Amino acid sequence: MATVLLPRSLLALFPGVERRHEVEGATVDQVLSALDARAPGMRDRLVEEGPRLRPHINVFVDGQPADLTTQVEPASTVHVIPAVSGG
Amino acid sequence: MTVVQLLVGTPKGAFILDGDAGRRDWSMRGPLCEGWPIHDLIVEPSSGAILAAGGSPWYGPAVWRSEDGGATWSHSSEGLTYGEGEGVTPIATIWSLATGPDGTVYAGVEPAGLFRSADGGRTWSHVEGLTNHPTRPTWGPGAGGLILHTIVPHPTDPQRMWVGISAVGVFETRDGGTTWEPRNKGVRADFVPGPAPETGQCVHKFAMAAGEPETLYQQNHCGQYRSTDGGATWTDLSKNGVPSQFGFPLVAHPRDPKTFWVIPLTQPEEGRFMPEASAAVWRTRDRGETFDRGDDGLPQEDAYLSVLREAMARDTLDPVGVTFGTKTGQLWHSADEGDSWQLLTGNLPEIWAVEAVVRD
Repeated sequence: MATVLLPRSLLALFPGVERRHEVEGATVDQVLSALDARAPGMRDRLVEEGPRLRPHINVFVDGQPADLTTQVEPASTVHVIPAVSGG
Repeated sequence: MTVVQLLVGTPKGAFILDGDAGRRDWSMRGPLCEGWPIHDLIVEPSSGAILAAGGSPWYGPAVWRSEDGGATWSHSSEGLTYGEGEGVTPIATIWSLATGPDGTVYAGVEPAGLFRSADGGRTWSHVEGLTNHPTRPTWGPGAGGLILHTIVPHPTDPQRMWVGISAVGVFETRDGGTTWEPRNKGVRADFVPGPAPETGQCVHKFAMAAGEPETLYQQNHCGQYRSTDGGATWTDLSKNGVPSQFGFPLVAHPRDPKTFWVIPLTQPEEGRFMPEASAAVWRTRDRGETFDRGDDGLPQEDAYLSVLREAMARDTLDPVGVTFGTKTGQLWHSADEGDSWQLLTGNLPEIWAVEAVVRD
């Protein structure tokens, strides 16, 4: 199972949800759907119509920039990180 | 014990001011909703829950809901979408909320469209009839975007409702949202040549007169207006003493159908602040035939204040309390229907929305 690390500002929207998750999924898309099963509504916070990642959400698989179609290996680490934005 | 809550939306979260029935002592809480930009707040009449509409630059649009007076919140955007596919424009944020007489919650979004919820904002469905209106390809944005910013449900008939879209105009449905008709006759559109079009008017805000569902008052980019036939035709009021045709908010009295308040601002090309940098709220007691300037307590020099479309509200006490928030973060309150004003707090972020709630 891949390891997923979520940002603090996302966790604030889902009280009680842990930062670190071990989930099944062969792609980023599947990983985010698995997270949504644990925290209903989380996928909507990260994915917009298309579907594609929201413009200011960055996902990295094993340190490399990823999109929804990027492959995830059982030993992969997936980071979800808010982009530099705001004011 | 009667208390008054002022619900304030800003780009850096929601804030709540809790006040006593005399509206003299206030305490403030916030930022709420995790600091999300919040464009509108309402209270669901059936439950007393607070609903807040907004959108995060990172996490997208959502409607927040608090059932404990703002202490804890949940959020949802389930169903708030125009669909999937490469050609579908994502919903950026939610601009407006309202509840109908049957308890349905409505949300107006950017890009302009209307959604409804039968479960208090937990799940949503698209009101496709408005998006499918034949004029939709001609809709263009105002300075704030292509936004559905005003929702005025009929107080007793769930089939009837009016919405305002910038810069498109007012629409009415009489069949629960299946079909819609433009309601802009008599409203000028000075920014296009020739006679006023059927749509393309830059409505800024409109409200219904108390107890008179066919009487609507409108603040437009191009003047203040009154309709006594449910929006079918509009009468221009902007020669009636207000110092500028331009302004954003308009708030109607909760009991007197003849009274409403506006805040005229200088034209966009002239800065959009209170004329002569002298702060005032203008009140009519005769359906817009004449207006009185209310400025007691407000700064009369060097006051380059601007007030956005959702940033004025009234409570339901007697006398009525009126509150407005500025783009520079000051929240001003009147406990006597606009005769005199006091500053409640002066250092909030830009104020986008104000709502006033009386709780017993």
